[in-house]
Amino acid sequence: MAMSALWVGMIVAAILCALITGRTDAVAAAAVSGAADAVELCLSMAGLLCLWMGVMEVMRRSGLSEKLARLLRPLLRRLFPAFAGEEDVMAAVSANLSANLLGLGNAATPLGLEASRLMARRTPGVASDGLCMFVVCNTASIQLIPTTVASLRSAAGCATPFDILPATWLASALSVLAGVTAAKVLALVWRK
Amino acid sequence: MSLFFDLTMPGMIALIALWGMVRRVDVYDAVVQGASGGLGVLARIAPPLIALLTAVAMLRASGFLELCARWAAPLLLRLGIPPETVPLLLVRPISGSAALGVGADLMATYGPDSQIGRTAAVMMGSTETTFYTIAVYFGAAGVKKTRYAIPAALCADCVGFFTAALAVRLFFPA
Repeated sequence: MAMSALWVGMIVAAILCALITGRTDAVAAAAVSGAADAVELCLSMAGLLCLWMGVMEVMRRSGLSEKLARLLRPLLRRLFPAFAGEEDVMAAVSANLSANLLGLGNAATPLGLEASRLMARRTPGVASDGLCMFVVCNTASIQLIPTTVASLRSAAGCATPFDILPATWLASALSVLAGVTAAKVLALVWRK
Repeated sequence: MSLFFDLTMPGMIALIALWGMVRRVDVYDAVVQGASGGLGVLARIAPPLIALLTAVAMLRASGFLELCARWAAPLLLRLGIPPETVPLLLVRPISGSAALGVGADLMATYGPDSQIGRTAAVMMGSTETTFYTIAVYFGAAGVKKTRYAIPAALCADCVGFFTAALAVRLFFPA
């Protein structure tokens, strides 16, 4: 329903605004061409997106994700001290976060749902500090190679769609850091 | 620096493929299979993109997006964020496909290599569809009391938007 409100709101706002600014003819033209533009965009994104999905399949099959998960373990035990002793939780959490880092979205989501289900066992219905931290880590994008954005840039005619990588890494790292810090600080002050 | 960017993508593909060979993966088969999975992803994002890009195109044509940018300019300019990105800031936490539509519109309007286009791309690459993720994860865990998860996640988003603009200014001085 939220999406319905957003979509209808956008259309109504566009028409009302057009009546005020007098650009009704442009809005009429956009209403007709927008759908075709979307299809064209999908087609021009298709090549790079499919290629990267193929490369990521190689990463998945070669066990890179499992290797990364093992590397992340010590760090994650510190981030989730309450669950450090629970092997099944830590396995799901590290598998989810390493799949997220590599951009294996299809693999990451089921692992993440499993991890949050396991974490909620102890405190049914209420988000524990560990679960809040885990969800915050998942709402902050940690993907190393933002393939969808790169495909979008290349579809817009960009010759070097990956030149934003260092900037994206910096912004991602700082936003994850902010989320983790906020979660740690709020854990101290929020009532249980 | 330009050599680094030239080799980023082909280099990554080569490294991953070689690593796959070392691990005795049928690399070619994996690439082809994965690419066919990519078509599934496209089929999934196309219908919402058709609906949302129509709405964004109408908003752009009506002058609404420019009005938003003008309203938001005093605050965003002080933070170093291009005010033209304000529609992206608003929809990014709510809907991934709406963000894709707005991002595509910004890149088409201002160019993918403009300061605005690059900032939009970095913003999209360093943030997530926060509310959707929270709803799905807490839903799966049967959690109703989400405590401070939403404020902490939104804090990460705000810092992500701010540092995206900062990082683009840093790496691509105008």
